[in-house]
Amino acid sequence: MTNSTPLVRIRGLTKIFGGQRALDGVDLTIMPGEVHGLLGENGSGKSTLIKVLSGFHTPDGGTLEVAGRDVPLPLLPGQHRSLGFDFVHQDLGLVPSLSVTENLMLGEIASSRKVAYSWRAARERAAAMFARYDVDIDPDATVERIRPVDRAMLAIVRAVESIRAGAAAEGEAGANMLVLDEPTVFLPKQEVGQLFSLVRRITSDGSSVLFVSHDLDEVREITDRVTVLRDGRTSGTAVTKEISGRELVTMIIGRELAEHPHDAHAATTVGRDVVLSVRNLSHGPLQDVSFDLHEGEVLGFAGLVGSGYEEVVYSLFGASPGATGTISSGERTIDIASLTPRRAMSLGMALVPGDRKNSGSVATLSLGENMNLTVLDRYFRGWRLRHGTMRDNVRQLVTEFDVRPAVPDLEYGSFSGGNQQKALMAKWQQTNPKVLLLHEPTQGVDVGARQQIFDMIRGSTATSATICASSEYEQLETICDRVGIFVRGRLVTFVTGADITKARIADLCHGQASAPVPAP
Amino acid sequence: MNDHTGPVNEKRGADMTTARKDAETPVDAGPPVTESTSSTAAEAAEPSEKAARRRPTGRLEAMALPLTWLAVIVVFSILETDTFFTSANAASILASQAVLVVVTLGLIVPLIAGDFDLSIGSVVGMSALVIAILNVQHGWNIWAAVVVALLAGIVVGLINGMLTVLLGIDSLIVTLGMSTLLAGVALWISGANTITGVDQTLVDVVISYRLFGIPMEFYYAIIFALVLWYVFAFTPLGQRLLVVGRNREVARLSGMRVSTLRIGALVTSAFVAALGGVLIAGTSGSAGPTTGLDLLLPAFAAAFLGSTTIKPGRFNPWGTVIAVYFLVTGITGLQLLGLQSFVQNIFYGGALILAVSFSQIIRRRRMKQGF
Repeated sequence: MTNSTPLVRIRGLTKIFGGQRALDGVDLTIMPGEVHGLLGENGSGKSTLIKVLSGFHTPDGGTLEVAGRDVPLPLLPGQHRSLGFDFVHQDLGLVPSLSVTENLMLGEIASSRKVAYSWRAARERAAAMFARYDVDIDPDATVERIRPVDRAMLAIVRAVESIRAGAAAEGEAGANMLVLDEPTVFLPKQEVGQLFSLVRRITSDGSSVLFVSHDLDEVREITDRVTVLRDGRTSGTAVTKEISGRELVTMIIGRELAEHPHDAHAATTVGRDVVLSVRNLSHGPLQDVSFDLHEGEVLGFAGLVGSGYEEVVYSLFGASPGATGTISSGERTIDIASLTPRRAMSLGMALVPGDRKNSGSVATLSLGENMNLTVLDRYFRGWRLRHGTMRDNVRQLVTEFDVRPAVPDLEYGSFSGGNQQKALMAKWQQTNPKVLLLHEPTQGVDVGARQQIFDMIRGSTATSATICASSEYEQLETICDRVGIFVRGRLVTFVTGADITKARIADLCHGQASAPVPAP
Repeated sequence: MNDHTGPVNEKRGADMTTARKDAETPVDAGPPVTESTSSTAAEAAEPSEKAARRRPTGRLEAMALPLTWLAVIVVFSILETDTFFTSANAASILASQAVLVVVTLGLIVPLIAGDFDLSIGSVVGMSALVIAILNVQHGWNIWAAVVVALLAGIVVGLINGMLTVLLGIDSLIVTLGMSTLLAGVALWISGANTITGVDQTLVDVVISYRLFGIPMEFYYAIIFALVLWYVFAFTPLGQRLLVVGRNREVARLSGMRVSTLRIGALVTSAFVAALGGVLIAGTSGSAGPTTGLDLLLPAFAAAFLGSTTIKPGRFNPWGTVIAVYFLVTGITGLQLLGLQSFVQNIFYGGALILAVSFSQIIRRRRMKQGF
């Protein structure tokens, strides 16, 4: 492997977004026949790198060699096919309501010039393909009915076949690279192995796989070599067998980890009243999550993509049906399955969702209309809504929460991300919540507003307890009294006090430190 | 008015709605985005204060339709001083379209809440027929017949609402089916005959009594517009319906009873359509198998045209009233000029397409200003 020409060699790749370097001289070399891992935190540049390879982004610098030949950048959209790459993204790009065969032949149908299309022949070819890859999928099944892992494998087989067809058309074989972008995130743990067998079969004939993932264990299991990105730079490349998990984490977060003593439980929260007890919460990936939230506490939740850490806030607010378990607050114990957002609000909860655009706000309504949604009844007096008083309320809130420009009648969508988020914080703070639930509270928010939102969260501890689910460990380090770590749907441990560091959280999320079982 | 068959109207309604669906119906919220790339962060950080300071709506835009209406009145008054510019004609225009005003006002309730009701025309017909059959053929007291007609409207609305909301079927499909179903029932129970001779009491209350020379039904329509205006401008309910129509997920996560509100909106439109049927029965003293079916397209045309004025970008009661009368004034004027009844179809159909195009353009421009 080492003495052959690299299949793909990227050198000095740079991409600048609005003055920020998303990629800053990234090098990546992929050899024929290897599974190459690409690791890095959110925002480290993985997605940008892949989008350069798919022709979506135009890089600002850098070179690309494919099988020893220089390929001018940027790539045109679709050009990756003639170079012999294809991509399988997290969402897989399947049409759930169509059959397996139909999905498999989608590209062929789109480009076919034939008047009549033989489904019988297509079905037979599908069966033959699955047999070749030793995959057991029914070609006639509807995609939404098959197992998640079968869906992922279907998408992979389809991509590999598309690469082969492309290579055959170009008259050359071998320049095959499949990019798997977080393929295992939605898969049950026990099914991941099947996907890995498929990956190995694909590489057995000299094709390469670029395996993008958050999950250290998976990367260590399946990859031959691994490249780590950090802040848009190549943090390092290593042969997977020769590097420990701990060393990988260090490469990912860029700091040597000190050994942490296992923390005694919740030094800062001992003695405070419990405002909310959650018991046996299960939903989606979450299994049997139990914890107590204390008065005035800011409790952070962290985990890798797919660990379910962010589901807790939605489940507690009754926002995603299907959750089971109980919550108790004071004397009352309530079945989580019976919660609706309305009920949760009456229990004193407030949720600022992570998807501001689709679940948090209505862009085409005014700032004031968005902010007053939760308190309309307060302003219905003497048989009419008091618009004047409502506007005064909004004016006061936007001053207090520093939303700019402070014009209640402007459309919400015309405000910047930071101001939108501050307005949403204000919308929910005025309901005087006892429990404030936040998911990614500073996503798409500029640096200044970020700090203000941190101050708001810390400032609200006098009146409410907060749960903040976030993928930004630094943010958790800044604002939290305690951070719960989720690994594969389980709340495995808490870090408290001075132990809450970005490095420590990352370490635990990647499952690289032995974790004590938490007392609830 | 012309007699269209129901399905023709409905097909037009369906074509037009695709444009609106893109813009208006709530977008399903995807899974929360967890990976924030530096690109989105950088874009979001860019201050848009300049864009934000711009006035969101132009005053001229809001007043364009009323002014055009005025211009149309002036032009026709000059062209046809003897026939158009008379108090009798004014009274006739105002009263003859009262049913359309009422039905369109009812229609904007589900439209605001993000659902379509294509069954309103058939419900008008069903209600008028129920009154005629019970009153004329079975000798019921007229008010008892009216109550039954209104109850029937509520039942239809409930069925529409439940199927749409509880089973999650597109309201377009449910009400389209309901519309055709009711048209069939109307044909059946009427024996394809027009039933005449509805109690004079109802006729008196609807058109015979006049105030300032204008039949009462005009005032009923205006009173109803006032009620709707009150609900949408001055109650939490109106505000909630608006949010449900714009984004169901936001409404739900803000603690609103989204399902109840949507069902309520569809019940309202059906109930109001039944009221329209009462007015029709009172206006003509009769009801036939195709009564009301020709109201569907004008109602949609007026509702969408109305959403481009007064409060551009939102369905609103006064815009609706103005839109109805603008359309009718134009049609009446052209017919007095000697154009035949085909002008009506051209006018309503054209108005609907133009209105939807305008509202789409307004929306696009705002989006550009905003982001």
